[in-house]
Amino acid sequence: MAEKVLMKGNEAIAEAAIKAGCRHYFGYPITPQTEIAAYMAKRMPKIGGTFLQAESEVAAINMVYGVAGAGFRVMTSSSSPGVSLKQEGISYIAGADLPALIVNVQRGGPGLGGIQPSQSDYFQATKGGGHGDYHLIVLAPASVQEMADLTIKAFDLADQYRVPAMLLADGTMGQMMEPVELPDLPPAEIEKPWAVRGTKGERKHNIINSLYLDPELLEKTNFERFEKYKVIEEKEAMYESFMMEDAEYCVVAFGIAARVSKNAVVAARKKGIKVGLIRPITLWPFPKKVMAEAAEQCKAFLSVELSMGQMIEDIKLHTGCKKPVELCCRTGGMIPAPEQVLGSIEKLAKENQ
Amino acid sequence: MVVFEKPKALTDAPFHYCPGCTHGIIHRLVAEALDELGIEGKTVGVAPVGCAVMAYNYFTCDMVEAAHGRAPAVATGLKRCMPENVIFTYQGDGDLASIGMAETVHAATRNENITIIFVNNAIYGMTGGQMAPTSLPGQVTQTSPYGRDVTTAGYPVKVSEMLSTLDGPEYIERVAVNNVKNVRNAKKAILKAFKNQIEGKGFSLVEVVSSCPTNWGMTPSKALEWIDENMIPYYPLGVYKDRSAKEE
Amino acid sequence: MTTQILIAGFGGQGVLFAGKFIAYKGLLEQKEVSWLPSYGPEMRGGTANCSIILSDDPVGSPIVSNPDVLIAMNLPSLDKYENAAVAGGSIFVDSTLIGRKVERTDVKTFYIPATKMANDAGIPTLANMIMMGKMIKETGIVNFGDITDALKKVVSAKRANLLDLNIKALEAGYNYQD
Repeated sequence: MAEKVLMKGNEAIAEAAIKAGCRHYFGYPITPQTEIAAYMAKRMPKIGGTFLQAESEVAAINMVYGVAGAGFRVMTSSSSPGVSLKQEGISYIAGADLPALIVNVQRGGPGLGGIQPSQSDYFQATKGGGHGDYHLIVLAPASVQEMADLTIKAFDLADQYRVPAMLLADGTMGQMMEPVELPDLPPAEIEKPWAVRGTKGERKHNIINSLYLDPELLEKTNFERFEKYKVIEEKEAMYESFMMEDAEYCVVAFGIAARVSKNAVVAARKKGIKVGLIRPITLWPFPKKVMAEAAEQCKAFLSVELSMGQMIEDIKLHTGCKKPVELCCRTGGMIPAPEQVLGSIEKLAKENQ
Repeated sequence: MVVFEKPKALTDAPFHYCPGCTHGIIHRLVAEALDELGIEGKTVGVAPVGCAVMAYNYFTCDMVEAAHGRAPAVATGLKRCMPENVIFTYQGDGDLASIGMAETVHAATRNENITIIFVNNAIYGMTGGQMAPTSLPGQVTQTSPYGRDVTTAGYPVKVSEMLSTLDGPEYIERVAVNNVKNVRNAKKAILKAFKNQIEGKGFSLVEVVSSCPTNWGMTPSKALEWIDENMIPYYPLGVYKDRSAKEE
Repeated sequence: MTTQILIAGFGGQGVLFAGKFIAYKGLLEQKEVSWLPSYGPEMRGGTANCSIILSDDPVGSPIVSNPDVLIAMNLPSLDKYENAAVAGGSIFVDSTLIGRKVERTDVKTFYIPATKMANDAGIPTLANMIMMGKMIKETGIVNFGDITDALKKVVSAKRANLLDLNIKALEAGYNYQD
């Protein structure tokens, strides 16, 4: 491990991607993630990589599709409105079973929205986003260190399962600086016999494609892809448990909302409320098992989100609606203060004794 | 003596194209170019959305099927990560000049070292004959049933003329495949467009004026005459840009 | 122990840079740290602020809404954040640019004519670091020793000539007496 340096979350993503062997970056400027592009523009030419400022988000994601088809590690990054534009390409990448990394440093929406942090693309990220039956592996960092670590993890998972991965961060995570240690990694090259790098006259041609005019064949392909998703759901769910051992109440939050919630949980504990925090690190696959266990253990749940309440639906689903689930939220670029979350925890405890 | 052979770079899959459609000729010309230059093994082709959507089944080289209009972006990705490989796109007029206009213009202005085969038959074929960006003024299509009215639908896009105004691209030529002489010229242009890429010269686009007897509502031979009578006067054939030739 | 610091002023006053310096100083002293800037168009000439947290424990929320230490580099910043400071906290005021006094009586207040001092010393862009020097002196949240090590992390190698000027500014603030 190298020494700890202070880095912006956006820069940590970029440097971690390079460490993970990503040599191809395509993007389009948008606040609050532009540091990723700026970092790549500086670094890529020096290490024999590609930095290309595309003419649009649509073009950028399709350039990613090209490189992913050739089997090289590749990424793009954007923020909410730009990620909406990328959805076409993301659907194609998923439909062609290609590994790639898409970073969304979320800002407030809908529409042009604002530029302040948000988590209101949860549905888009975890429930599809583009057209058709598919999932992305969605990772939600809650520190600059995780911005780096989960970037590397995302590339690994994407390669392993041939599923596009999304890093779902927010403006705070992108802009803040914290100490970060970047690992020195051996190049993670795995065999990609499906890639299009020319037949060299040695094999039948490979085709990167998501078109199946025969519905039976398309159904079969989708069934097979969902078998793979089952394995991912079984094996790859990640979460952090905080003060959950004896918790009677459970706060669920990811990313910046989890950081704020931690303060509130500590404050509530000081007031004698037995509350803990579950922080999903993978949003898809959602950490279902721990949620089901918590439904047995706890009296009530509080979803803390920077949206009008999106993850709360998954909490209700995976706790089987056995216990009340309340929402504590801000939206439009606002962030709940620890005091607001504390107030919601106190109310939750009072109403569910 | 062998007078004619199917190019090796074409698979045995039977074409799905309508009788009299010129896509078959253009596929053959591309495959012959790959054969003659000996590059089939290092070529990756990008198929469009449109009639040529299943081109990936017809070429023996590695192929990628792109989203509608995005082939130049996909090709850019492929070329940037594999500069030694040969990357081409094969696109129709709706794909290249309507939904994919931005990708086309920007790949050209970056002088992306790729080869684009642009088939202009002035109509959306696959979806059943709607007005294309290149449909002629007055041309009757499913979505211009009274003829293309330029006051509401605007004028056709002259892709070769437009792209040749850019500083970026290396080579732009418009050819046709409606008679033997034109087919021979088209072959030369396509070969040159691939050679340019191998020599690192940059963005090379060959616009092929083509026919669509089915959606034009004509016999194949009448459609070829219609190219001479209507298409070529609006879309004059010739070299629109050839930077290296100028320099030499 | 956790200290929450808010530095606020105009864009161009070096608010983010000053915060970065304090964060790095904390990191070099093995503390847990976070630095969060305001971002967006207001960075270009409007108001800018940044939140810095130094702690012995992992940092929870990086957002400082109730600072233990407020550094106000202009009047709008003092107007906006004076009431947000925690009781018993400290407010540092650039008295060249802020004509009024702090109204609260439950906080420690320090008035430093930092902009004037910087101009007089021929380092007009370094009022921010004069404020930092004074803040370190009065709060002791980081040591004044080894400031060069932290500065080297935030002053780019290309502008190494600025290193001495920054030290000069920090010392001027550190040694300033009301």
